[in-house]
Amino acid sequence: MTRFIERHPAWALIALVAVALLLWLILAVWPPGLEEAIGRKRVFLNAVLNGITLGSLYFLVASGFTLIFGLMRNVNLAHGSLYLFGGYIGYAISAWTGSWILGFIIAFIAVALVGIALQIIVFRRMEGEDLRQTMVTIGLSIVFADLMLWAFGGDFYQIQTPSWLVGPIELPLVTAVKSSGEAVYLRYPLVRLVIFVAAVVIGIVMWLALNRTRVGMMVRAGVDDRDMLAATGVPIQLVFVAVFALGAGLAGIAGVVGGTFQSLSPGEDTRFLLASLVVVIVGGMGSIPGAALGAVIIGLAEQLGSVYIPTYAIVVTFLIMVLVLALRPQGLLARR
Amino acid sequence: MLRSCAGLVALSTLLLSGAAIAQEKIRVGVTATLEGTYTVLGEDGIRGHQTAINTLGKKVGDKEIEFIVASTDATPDSAVRAVRKLIEQDKVQILLSPLSGDEGIAVKNFAKTRPELTFVNAASGAQETTYVDPAPNFFRYNMDGAQWQVGLGKYAYETKGYRKIATVGEDYSFIYTQVFGLVLEFCGAGGQVTNRQWVPLGTKDFASVIAALPDDVDAIYLGLGGADAVNFLNQYQQAGGKAHLMGGSIMVDQTILSAKGSAKNALLGTIAASGQADTWEDPGWQKFVKAYQDAFPPNKRFPSPSLLATNYYNSTSALILALRQVNGDLSNNQAKLKEALAKLELDAPNGKIKLDSNRQAIGTNFVTEVVDDGKGALFSKVVKVIPNVNQTLGYDPAVFSKIGLPSRTVPECKKY
Repeated sequence: MTRFIERHPAWALIALVAVALLLWLILAVWPPGLEEAIGRKRVFLNAVLNGITLGSLYFLVASGFTLIFGLMRNVNLAHGSLYLFGGYIGYAISAWTGSWILGFIIAFIAVALVGIALQIIVFRRMEGEDLRQTMVTIGLSIVFADLMLWAFGGDFYQIQTPSWLVGPIELPLVTAVKSSGEAVYLRYPLVRLVIFVAAVVIGIVMWLALNRTRVGMMVRAGVDDRDMLAATGVPIQLVFVAVFALGAGLAGIAGVVGGTFQSLSPGEDTRFLLASLVVVIVGGMGSIPGAALGAVIIGLAEQLGSVYIPTYAIVVTFLIMVLVLALRPQGLLARR
Repeated sequence: MLRSCAGLVALSTLLLSGAAIAQEKIRVGVTATLEGTYTVLGEDGIRGHQTAINTLGKKVGDKEIEFIVASTDATPDSAVRAVRKLIEQDKVQILLSPLSGDEGIAVKNFAKTRPELTFVNAASGAQETTYVDPAPNFFRYNMDGAQWQVGLGKYAYETKGYRKIATVGEDYSFIYTQVFGLVLEFCGAGGQVTNRQWVPLGTKDFASVIAALPDDVDAIYLGLGGADAVNFLNQYQQAGGKAHLMGGSIMVDQTILSAKGSAKNALLGTIAASGQADTWEDPGWQKFVKAYQDAFPPNKRFPSPSLLATNYYNSTSALILALRQVNGDLSNNQAKLKEALAKLELDAPNGKIKLDSNRQAIGTNFVTEVVDDGKGALFSKVVKVIPNVNQTLGYDPAVFSKIGLPSRTVPECKKY
């Protein structure tokens, strides 16, 4: 951080001003002139919060994707299918038992098992052959999509939000002041906040596991140099299987989250695959903090775009991707 | 033993294919949105198509109709691709296509490049398709989006007492046409439409759109369909939305009313208008509902046919009936068939349908309200039936042409 300020004082200043401006926009009561120019504060605050919560969903999907890529150099294009499969499993379990939480646990385990099977049966056979692995994952994603269409049909599924999470809560953010002097606070869907907090917790736990544990050390070493790590006697295949299981399981959890605040249907697999590709390209392939940053940027761009420039909202995401590719092709937070 | 069995099978296959060649077939290509946002709509469309085949049969004189289904995803290029594939690879002579608004405009334009073939619109409802520069070989037996909104504006203003409304709709031609019909009537009656929001087809996260809905309106009109509508309602419930709702023709429809989950309950009491009403007591309608229910097991269909099923049923029926009138004669660039289609008066389950000079349906429209049947299933209950709705919505054609084509901002909110 301090190094960055020393090396780029101008950029640091701009970033500081931007953060201050953003904080002011979020915390202050807007003067009437500003409300006229860009609309009500409630809309802006909602868009920002939605962007961040949507970003947390993208982070859950993309972190598994980037983890698998970082360690195994395997661009797993069947990742979207794992997401959708997790969502369907979560739906089936929560509809059957009535427990939302249980849906998460079973979805994580089931999809992690699929991940393990994929790694052992398919990818181990073609280790180091990047192109071949990528082609196989495309094929697998098509097969999975058709299998799921066969089993679950083209219907939309929504996972029931538990009753204690339905509805909005008031946040201590003032959106407007009534003429009587009474402050109006922002009302926001509780379930999205809970999901955001959960994503942050998962992100922190993952960061700690990678940076503070022995297994994490092995994984990081494997990212840097697989062959040397194997030569030191670490059971590298076991590490691969564990990472694949974790990455797939996270996609499964994300599926349950997506099924709760959006919906599940055929086609969602490719949508989330595309989203996580964009997120990791922006954030940097193989980097967990990069996935978090990329996810928040893409989430914010989508939501702010859909409010302020609805016609071009779709373009904004890809514009960001193009800009990043042009100016910093390795991604914002990639190490090399 | 095994070898002789295989031999027998091979022989019988040969014989069967020989029989098939002997009997002449009329090949008809069908497209439906079996992928993407509108998957559920396409699937139920195909159920309606199948119900028509079950009711009428495939025989035309001594010939048999063969239907070949291709899938699209509601984008115009996917529709043209599917139609091209059906014509060039499957050698179909007649098209029953397409389902969605933008697809309709594209297929109509494509129809002009193949004037020798016949195109029967399956379910698409953009106004432009038959109103602007219509193709002489394109026939539409369903009303357009604006016709399907007739009665809703007046009912909202006069009976419900709504004065100011805002609209949220998917950003494409069919919903433009629906909002066109609504705005024309609601503003004509004296109401105000303060805000029109457009979202891309296939939007998943509506939270910001919901936050931007104005508070100072009496009702919010929703012109969404398929997965978009389900997502919107789900997030609307989570945001604690309480406004009065009004629905477009694919919003208040069995494709949404029988979605899984509780979010659809936000639609209870919603007023809407469409080319059909689930609980209409007309015997013809009830007979069709029965035929639809008998054709599929309860978990493979909706409790009652959706608008798409009805449209596909009608277009398939019209085609089979016209083919029978001309005894399957497709000579001379299908001239006889085209003439028969143009003149056909269809005694459809949702009211009599005839075509105008642009080959566009004149039919019956329904204003409805969403009710619970007591067991948790939602249906649209008919509150008003309006017969003989034409494409200019009862306006003088000269006046109507001055309003302009449906778009994000057309028509203006005023009395024309």
